[in-house]
Amino acid sequence: MASFRLIVNGQPRVVAVDPATPLLWVLREELKMTGTKYGCGIAACGACTVHLDGIATRSCVVPISLVAARPILTIEAMAEDPVGRVVQDAWVEHDVVQCGYCQSGQIMSTVALLKAMPRPADSDVEESMGGNLCRCATYVRIRAAIRSASQQLEEHQRQ
Amino acid sequence: MSAATRAANELLLDRRTFVRVSATLAGGLMVSLHLDLPLLAQEANQVGSGSKVYPPNAFVEIRADGKIVIQVNRLEFGQGIQTALPMLLAEEMDADWSQVIAELAPAADVYKDPIYALQMVGSSLSIANSFQQYREMGARTRAVLVAAAAQRWKVSPELCRTEAGVVHGPGGQAARYAELAEAAAKQAVPATVSLKDPSAFRLVGRRVRRLDSRSKGDGSLRFGLDLDLPGMKTAVVAHPPVFGAGVKGFHDNEARRIPGVHDVFDIPLIRGTGVAVVADRFWTAKQARDRLAIDWELATVERADTARLLTRYKDLARMPGKVATSRGDKKKIDSFPAADRIVAEYDFPYLAHTPMEPLNTTVRFDGDRAEAWAGSQFQTTDQAAIAEVLGLKPEQVTFHTMMAGGGFGRRATLDSHVAREAATIAKRCRGTPVKLVWSREDDVQGGYYRPMHVHRVEIGVGPDGMPLAWRHVIVGQSITAGTAFESLEVKDGVDSTAVEGTIDTRYDIPNFHVSAHHPTVNVPVLWWRSVGHGHSAFVMETLVDELATRAQADPIAYRRKLLKADAKRLRAALDLMDEKSAAWRTTLPPGHAAGIACHEGFGTTVACAVDVSIAGGRPRIHRVTVAVDLGVAVNPLGVESQFQAGVAFGLSQLMAKGAITLKDGRVEQRNFDGYTPPYMVDAPLAVDVHIVPSVEAPSGCGEPPVPVISPAVVNALTRLTGRRYRSLPLVTV
Amino acid sequence: MGLGRTLQAASLALIACGAWAGSSSPDSAREAVGPVSAAPDSAAGLAAWQRVYSVLTSPRCIDCHTATGYPQQGDDRHRHFANVVRGPEGKGVPALQCVTCHQESNADSTGVPGGRGWHLAPLSMKWQDTSDNVLSSGDVCRAITDRSKNHGLDGPALVKHHEEEPLVRWAFQPGHRIDGTPRTLPPLTHDEFVAATRTWVDAGMPCPLGR
Repeated sequence: MASFRLIVNGQPRVVAVDPATPLLWVLREELKMTGTKYGCGIAACGACTVHLDGIATRSCVVPISLVAARPILTIEAMAEDPVGRVVQDAWVEHDVVQCGYCQSGQIMSTVALLKAMPRPADSDVEESMGGNLCRCATYVRIRAAIRSASQQLEEHQRQ
Repeated sequence: MSAATRAANELLLDRRTFVRVSATLAGGLMVSLHLDLPLLAQEANQVGSGSKVYPPNAFVEIRADGKIVIQVNRLEFGQGIQTALPMLLAEEMDADWSQVIAELAPAADVYKDPIYALQMVGSSLSIANSFQQYREMGARTRAVLVAAAAQRWKVSPELCRTEAGVVHGPGGQAARYAELAEAAAKQAVPATVSLKDPSAFRLVGRRVRRLDSRSKGDGSLRFGLDLDLPGMKTAVVAHPPVFGAGVKGFHDNEARRIPGVHDVFDIPLIRGTGVAVVADRFWTAKQARDRLAIDWELATVERADTARLLTRYKDLARMPGKVATSRGDKKKIDSFPAADRIVAEYDFPYLAHTPMEPLNTTVRFDGDRAEAWAGSQFQTTDQAAIAEVLGLKPEQVTFHTMMAGGGFGRRATLDSHVAREAATIAKRCRGTPVKLVWSREDDVQGGYYRPMHVHRVEIGVGPDGMPLAWRHVIVGQSITAGTAFESLEVKDGVDSTAVEGTIDTRYDIPNFHVSAHHPTVNVPVLWWRSVGHGHSAFVMETLVDELATRAQADPIAYRRKLLKADAKRLRAALDLMDEKSAAWRTTLPPGHAAGIACHEGFGTTVACAVDVSIAGGRPRIHRVTVAVDLGVAVNPLGVESQFQAGVAFGLSQLMAKGAITLKDGRVEQRNFDGYTPPYMVDAPLAVDVHIVPSVEAPSGCGEPPVPVISPAVVNALTRLTGRRYRSLPLVTV
Repeated sequence: MGLGRTLQAASLALIACGAWAGSSSPDSAREAVGPVSAAPDSAAGLAAWQRVYSVLTSPRCIDCHTATGYPQQGDDRHRHFANVVRGPEGKGVPALQCVTCHQESNADSTGVPGGRGWHLAPLSMKWQDTSDNVLSSGDVCRAITDRSKNHGLDGPALVKHHEEEPLVRWAFQPGHRIDGTPRTLPPLTHDEFVAATRTWVDAGMPCPLGR
């Protein structure tokens, strides 16, 4: 058991946990933030994706002892994020979700992609989103929503 | 369930049922569907007709603020019924759709499927079986609102009309539903109502976006796994490494040393025993379980082994099984010389469902009552199982239906094994809510797979290339033997879930004989999205394609010729698919090929064409054109979504690592690294969906997308490589 | 993979002609004119090289020194799961970078190895060919000593790379898999690896001829 000071969605938080506890479970069970999901525990599915110091990170494999002061952003912060909001709106506009369980991770990965690469080619999208699993397989609509969000962001840029 | 056992969709509300209305304490209106059956607790709960709220029984609640809360009687796990069913009710009610909120109804008799008398989702039957039910609920609700308005305005109800949540009177009067709710609660509910003519639909048949998109995209929606209750503990169970084995003994010193571990004890399972760990947190419980030293009794359980099973199954397939269907002369095939005979052997592995949300159930046992939370496809069964474990009656268990992260059949278990585990643990932790979680590894290794199958088909081909005899043997475990569904599905030793897709073929094949063997194997099995159709359609559609190639016929023309004349709906789908894909099919670039497949299942007919090339040793699907006849499409956007995603899901059968295999009793795969479903790169780049216009009663689209895609892709691959693919999954192309 | 006496003689002659790529240390200049002091002779150098080669081409080193557009993993060098790719700089792609999962130290509780700056070696430093066959001792030696391919590293820099580069050091403390088993170690310890590298460099970085 050790104490860790974290910065989660801009807020300082303190937790007391075993240092080996993955960030995912600290978020879900200590901070009660269940938007970030457990899908596999081995970073194979992406449902646990958060942003750690701006980098899309699979929180299920990162022990809390390795997080340090790096700011953490979760799905709960995306509505207030300029790119996050556009992506979430595109998800609704394009009726992407089915069961929805993977979609927090899909959106977090998409936001990371669009922040790094605002106008990704289809092949870029496929590479960057290639590790996010959707068992319902909503990939066709995910692609469409990403294309749409990218165009929206481009329009915002021009305005 | 097989087509043969589906009953006609009759008028649900017969004289034994009636509708009651009542006012809520908040001044709203509750419309309840009461079944006038002797065992009902609802009767006991009723206190006059006044202000009692009937939470488990209500279908529609009109709140004072205008919101319309509609109860969905089945699990939503991606298929979209939490939007489509409320659409039906809202349509007949003339509700303001923007005010509709859908909730997943808890377990209660009133929410049972009208045909199967079980609260359930499966067989793609939700809309088919609740189409009439939800419409009538809507119509009755509208009727009492109109009656209330008419009474207030002293006019005749027939002179009133309704639109978007408002009743309009003949003299220009208007009243919102929320304003009328209290008065409506006092109205007599009509025994019969008339429903809208489809031409009057304002909502049904329109592309309507899902109601749950926003909350699923912002992380606010809580799935079963996200449940958090005061004082809750989390439990995991160490399951036997070979199915059915039991615990001889275990050492838990290391496990108990971890702070936050509450208890460790062995528990009975459906077969065998396991060890439960209860802790403050999931991570703690999992760590503790990893530190258990468990001595398993493995000597007395059968060790299933994929290689040995395959040999055994192939041997069985060469012998006639129990007859599933037989028409004509079953020996006719033997008269065909080798040159005029196709002999094909197919094998299919065990498949895991691996829904994205790991399995979980939460139970709190309070002695004389219990409360349970789960994303269950079979609430009635799970509720009863929990009650049984706890020594309660089902009505003493309040069962909340949580939103589920996928299911594909995995959350529809007849033995309620997950619910039973949870209840067993909760019983030991009386007063404390216990959330039982299966890790992904537990899920991949925990059984309840789509059974392994072998098909052996012999076809006698006539001089014109049409089949003149067809002998088909299917080998696979029975999913329903020994379960409550056995009497429904097993006839003369044949489980219809294993042979559907063949015995009900719409192809006009004379001397057609299907038989089956159901070996007993120590691997628990379950229905996997599309059940028997998943493997049967693969066999039928690749063989029909092979016949077409052999006859040097176009695959679509050949199917048209082979289909029965009266297979109207399948022909309609085939024709529409042909029309919508002809342009691209005939202009494919080099290295691409088109593949065709069509199939009927669950009352829905589907035809698809795929554009496939090979990249990096894998099939690359550039485009899918799919046409479907499912009667009235309640929500065409939902149908499109289901087909776009469903065909990609269907590609699970082709994935290189898409097999569960066992070696000497142990499942070899552990997680998504070893058992790998389709990722984005495996999915089609584009899917266009076309719905055959229809006013017939609706059939479903949850499972129909799945059977056609794998044979279509493989048919294209065969055109590209010249090879036949009869062993799934596709490890090499 | 020993060398016969004739090859030994030939390689001595080549070294005498300065026919290896790149080293410009005073020691090697002395090498060029014949044996002087305690610098290892070319036989010792080649033997040392074989030891270095045995580490470089041990399976888990090839996992990151691939010829492919993706990393490999495990002792059997299967393709890394979840479709992770090399990316333009060997660091993955946005949303799926190496550091999306691999942190700066091993995460034994979750089975993910880690080291500072996790990334793939450049394609110029591949130790396999595109058919997934391990490259020969000669080919690897020539690649690693080709300053136009190895980021301009000379002998001492190569020693330093083997001694200090975090991901090289990681290979010798690779952590545990999720099932608790320790990852397979290279055939030498880190110290032995560095020592062999030094011996080889001191011998003038001789490469075997041909394979």
